[in-house]
Amino acid sequence: MTTEADVIAILARQSGVCADRIGPATEVAALGLDSLGLVETVFALEERFGVSIPFNANTDPGDRDFDLRTVAGIVAGLEALKARPAAA
Amino acid sequence: MRRVVITGAGTVNPLGQTVSETLDALAVGRVAIGPLDLADARLSTRIGAAVRGFDPSDRLSARQMAVADRFSQFALIAAAEAVAAAGPGALPPGAGVILGSAGGGLASSEAAYRAVFAEGAARVHPFTLPRLMANAATSLVSMAHGLRGPSFTLSTACAASNHAIGLAFQMVRSGAAPAMLAGGSEAMLTFGGLKVWEGLRVLSDTGCRPFSADRDGLVMGEGAGVFVLEERDRALARGAPILAEVAGFGMSADAGDIVAPDPEGAAAAIRAALADAGLAPGAVGYINAHGTGTLLNDRSESAAIRAVFGEDAAAIPVSSTKGLHGHLIGAAGAVELLAVILALGQGVIAPSGAGHVRDPNCGLDIVAGRARQASVRAALSNAFAFGGLNAVLALRAA
Repeated sequence: MTTEADVIAILARQSGVCADRIGPATEVAALGLDSLGLVETVFALEERFGVSIPFNANTDPGDRDFDLRTVAGIVAGLEALKARPAAA
Repeated sequence: MRRVVITGAGTVNPLGQTVSETLDALAVGRVAIGPLDLADARLSTRIGAAVRGFDPSDRLSARQMAVADRFSQFALIAAAEAVAAAGPGALPPGAGVILGSAGGGLASSEAAYRAVFAEGAARVHPFTLPRLMANAATSLVSMAHGLRGPSFTLSTACAASNHAIGLAFQMVRSGAAPAMLAGGSEAMLTFGGLKVWEGLRVLSDTGCRPFSADRDGLVMGEGAGVFVLEERDRALARGAPILAEVAGFGMSADAGDIVAPDPEGAAAAIRAALADAGLAPGAVGYINAHGTGTLLNDRSESAAIRAVFGEDAAAIPVSSTKGLHGHLIGAAGAVELLAVILALGQGVIAPSGAGHVRDPNCGLDIVAGRARQASVRAALSNAFAFGGLNAVLALRAA
């Protein structure tokens, strides 16, 4: 599977939204995840890709080091993290 | 109805290892958050509010040292200070102790798990169970002071201390006990204790700034606070020092989300505390907020205060001293009660932290940066736990 397909599968599982209806431009906020759902999504992404995603639930989405706003943003962020050695 | 007063206080917390040290630190707004000694590459958390230089070996017996986890040691030291301050006869037969703790003996649990799971040990230390059990602190305090009345531990996460003090208040008021020790203790600055909070993504890397627009999370602390609560007439008769009157207690449950707070639940507990105390909202001169420094708490607690106090909300000084001493979880309400006592007794409102950027979404009069002088006759102390369990204390000046 591609990174994008994996990300979509994780978002679909967390949100209950069918994977067919999620694409690169999909806004994560539109999937109806609550704060705990978003935290669990980040964890699932970290476990799947073996990276540590910089994410603090207290900051606004636009201010974050890792762009969690769209599927494309998540994919780009993961590719950048995978290119670096993982901390843990 | 009997009236209930606080006649003794004791504490060990990041700001100080006595009440006077703590009050001095609160009054100058000293920040006790700093780099953690705990080094592990798997921890991303680098800051916390630790009790530095804590060595109770000169004040606890060898037996107590052997069976007491750090959270129990904090409780024993704090209780001894409170009992000494309250003076002779403060705790007559029938008195008991109620302490809150969220984690119990976490360091002891972790050491034993590490030994058997990571290091392949075949056995654990025989005192592992009495060290880790959540009621250990309560039991050791009852033993140290010969308290044979109603005694138990309660565990409602970040609201545990307020629940403990509130229940002790109700027991003295109802006549179920002539006096009580109450408060909470916590020692969660362990690898596992930090790791679970890291997992929720709510810890700050930069400091705790409650109600500030630049907040980015909470900072873990540790410590204990213990108080002597007794019937007012009895306290007056024996000439005891009276630090404040516990006037009312309000509780509620959100019945909503396991972590996200609900302003309605918080507001219900605040209203219940005011009603129990017979306090008009306009009489409240200070609110010690739960104020964890998380986005969700700040928004929810601000909305709750505005819902209860309406137009007057913006005129009530509010601070959360978690910006100074961090979040003491099960000991939070107990240590924060010292800030309320400072406000009621000395007219000094401790600040929320060093810096503050006004958050228009909060709409409250946040005391930050430096302490504020104010004549405070009545105050509230909020505690809202994960799991939506809320406990609010109402206090009056002595």
